[in-house]
Amino acid sequence: MITLSGVTKAFSCGKPNEFTAVTNVTLEIPPRQVTVFKGPSGSGKTSLLTLIGCMSRPTSGRIQLHGLGVPIPFQEDTAVPLEITGLPERFLTIIRRSIFGFVFQQCNLITGISVLENVMLPAYTSGERLSEVARRALLLLEQFGVARHARQPVELLSGGEAQRVAIARALINNPAIIIADEPTAHLDSKLSQEFMEIVSGLKRDGKSILIASHDPIVFDSGIIDRVVEMRDGTILDDRSVR
Amino acid sequence: MIRTGERQRNILEFALSSLHRRRGRNLSLLAMYVLIIFVLASLLFFVSALKREAALVLHDAPDLIVQRMIAGRQELIPVEYGAEIASIRGVAEVRSRLWGYYFDSWNGANYTVIAHNSPTGTEGGAAIGSGVARSRKVKVGEMFPLRTPGTEPLLLEVKTIFPDSSDLRAADLIIISTADFSRLFNFPVGKVTDLAVTVTNVRELPTVAAKIASLHPDSRPILKSEIQRTYQSIFDWRGGMTLLILLSAVLSFIIFAWDRATGLSAEERKEIGILKSIGWETSDVLLLKFWEGCAISLPAFLLGVILAYGHVFFLSAPLFSQALKGWSILYPRFQLVPVVDISQLLVLFFLTVIPYTTATIIPSWRTATIDPDAAMRS
Amino acid sequence: MILRPSTLALLLISLLVTGFSLTAGFHAMGIHDRWDPASGSEEQLELERKTYLISTIMNYVFPLELLSLILLLYTADELHPLFTGAMCAAGTLAVNPYGYPALLVKIVTALLAGVWLIMNHLDSRAFDYPLIRTKYLFLTLMMPLLVVECVLLFSYFSGIKPDIITSCCGSLFSHDSPTLSGDLISLPPVIMQALFFSAMALALLSGILFYRTGRYGQLFSALAAVTFPVSIASIISFIGLYIYELPSHHCPFCLLQKEYHFIGYFLYVPLFIGAVSGISARVISPFSANPSLRRIVPDTRRYLTLVTIICYLLFTLIATVEMIISPLKL
Repeated sequence: MITLSGVTKAFSCGKPNEFTAVTNVTLEIPPRQVTVFKGPSGSGKTSLLTLIGCMSRPTSGRIQLHGLGVPIPFQEDTAVPLEITGLPERFLTIIRRSIFGFVFQQCNLITGISVLENVMLPAYTSGERLSEVARRALLLLEQFGVARHARQPVELLSGGEAQRVAIARALINNPAIIIADEPTAHLDSKLSQEFMEIVSGLKRDGKSILIASHDPIVFDSGIIDRVVEMRDGTILDDRSVR
Repeated sequence: MIRTGERQRNILEFALSSLHRRRGRNLSLLAMYVLIIFVLASLLFFVSALKREAALVLHDAPDLIVQRMIAGRQELIPVEYGAEIASIRGVAEVRSRLWGYYFDSWNGANYTVIAHNSPTGTEGGAAIGSGVARSRKVKVGEMFPLRTPGTEPLLLEVKTIFPDSSDLRAADLIIISTADFSRLFNFPVGKVTDLAVTVTNVRELPTVAAKIASLHPDSRPILKSEIQRTYQSIFDWRGGMTLLILLSAVLSFIIFAWDRATGLSAEERKEIGILKSIGWETSDVLLLKFWEGCAISLPAFLLGVILAYGHVFFLSAPLFSQALKGWSILYPRFQLVPVVDISQLLVLFFLTVIPYTTATIIPSWRTATIDPDAAMRS
Repeated sequence: MILRPSTLALLLISLLVTGFSLTAGFHAMGIHDRWDPASGSEEQLELERKTYLISTIMNYVFPLELLSLILLLYTADELHPLFTGAMCAAGTLAVNPYGYPALLVKIVTALLAGVWLIMNHLDSRAFDYPLIRTKYLFLTLMMPLLVVECVLLFSYFSGIKPDIITSCCGSLFSHDSPTLSGDLISLPPVIMQALFFSAMALALLSGILFYRTGRYGQLFSALAAVTFPVSIASIISFIGLYIYELPSHHCPFCLLQKEYHFIGYFLYVPLFIGAVSGISARVISPFSANPSLRRIVPDTRRYLTLVTIICYLLFTLIATVEMIISPLKL
């Protein structure tokens, strides 16, 4: 479970162009559910996801992770909720790498290297043997039906294939939580539907999934558990769909 | 511990693949880098080889030489001085030496002429260096003339030619008999060029020198160690000056490297952003940059050094020989003895790789601290 | 002034190191003053980024200091023929009053930089930057030393003039140059031998004791620190004599040369590493009071102690073997 209390994120503090992306958000996100953050662009949903995903730190407020079920190297007692707010970047990164997987609006694949290498990249720095990582990566690529492209450079992939490679990359470290930011923005309806099917599969596997989107295909989908509606950095509406 | 090693290896692997992806740009950097190292290494190798060569020349020189000074200029020394010096306690032997320079108006070369009575120095015969043989186009058994102050030139028959390979000292040498020497230069009787003094105990050299100086206030005793020192200083100074000039080239290379490291392409910046967003940390990116730097520097260093080695020791440093070697035009063909020691490589490393690395530290840090959510926000 | 590639390289490196360390020190002061871990402000994030810059710079400066220490000794040795009476590096360094202080300051800086890196590493393993102020204060205090080192080095090289032949006479008579000795003042070998072996034995014993029982850690570090200068004095006093096989050559530098199979590196490097870890073990011990370092500090101290024990043992072993195989008997 993730709890946020009074979380605020401001940019360019004290300067004329100061703006607050997220204002005083308090929220609880239970595990093994699909939660959609809905709202127009600039409503703060992406910023909120970067805060939860340990990519940036809130200006004020607290974020805690409970019952991760994954050992974190420096955490002595796993039963105690992990406060991620004041952690140095080094540790935020360790958490991000082991607990979160990311799917971005653009697929954000690195061009010039193969599909397989792209999927393996998040695991390079954890000190695992690359042969072992490659084995897992191939399994994932197979799962998403793109294994035949494993040795090709990513430039040759179609939009849908690139999306699936990006999902495979998000899953390489076997994270408990998947964060997807506008995942269907560049996909047509059919591919978007396919994406939601993948999401439902991930949910079946016991993953928690957080999606920021203003695409009806996403937030009207039957697999969604909860919709959080945002505007101007605050939560307008928070309702369970089930 | 194993995990750390594995992490290093993985990141190194990615660094190599990154360099490979941008090989066009990296090859141009590598080429400049190699060139800089090549030029500096050639210079260092060349100067130290010359120093060694000079040391070899001096190795056989007498421990102490006595010259005579009149009005601040070197003069011929009377033979009687030798006898008096020989009677100083501790002196083993005093040898009178007759030698001088001969300017060859044919080709503007200077020869060193030494009078020596045996074994090749029979009257009318000469042993010559390969340089002399080349410039005079003579072979063993042929005759060649030298001008004298009188009307008759001195005709000499070549008895021996010193082999080409020997070294600096032999190339311009002409060894003839004492009688021929007197005729060639119209040398005054009872005078010699200088005196070579050998002592029984090397530790007493300064004392002996002091005694000679007080015995003949117009004499100038010079120790071998002093000549060595002077040679070393001259070579050092020349090498140092050339290096100073070359350092400006290093500087421009550094500016180039800095500029390149700072002006990351948008594509590269995006890549680092992606890496950071998917779980790479600042120190991972710094490590990536470190390995990239190594993957450029080490091959550049090796290649530059190897090329310089070939340039200096196999091709006799055509780029520098004119600037550094010469007091004579006779030396185009001698080969230097290959010597490279660790301190030279260390100096070279300090003058090239370290400045390069330094120039890339701050740009690397800037790259590495891109916000991890940059990829999200784009 | 002697203009030659090696002196130019040394001066260049000294300038780089000093310039860079001053940059690091400047940022370190800023972090020391404005650090606020509770804040999520952009300024705090910027300061955090700067910690990476400082670590990178120091990781770079430390090996550079060690390498330039080696080059300094090499250069000093290379230069000795230029000075009347100088037999090796020891004589060259004595040519003017800046040589030895420069060397000494260099050694001390390298030692301190090593200790700092260990502290920095320790800090990076805890999740709340417990040592941030301490380590940056330490770094700031090191700055003047680096500047002093740079100034000394410049004074040394600009102040040396080779004894070369002048136009009127041999240098020997142009001025009364004092005879520079290749020998340093040394203590009587027998006393030093007793002192060395007892200091080493005590340091090693207390180290093993601390490693096994976790007690007498402070005693061990104190002994490890004392053993460092004692060992260097011993090299000068008697270990060197056995290596040179000469009863009167007390030079601590010649053993770095090829003629002696670079044996000096095998002595000095373990000695140096041993001293750095031994001293660090003491320096970090109060940090176990920090909750986030409670478990890390004792582990690190044990590890450092082990490193010291191994290094010092290696040093003693090499020195003893040299003493046994040497034909020289004191």
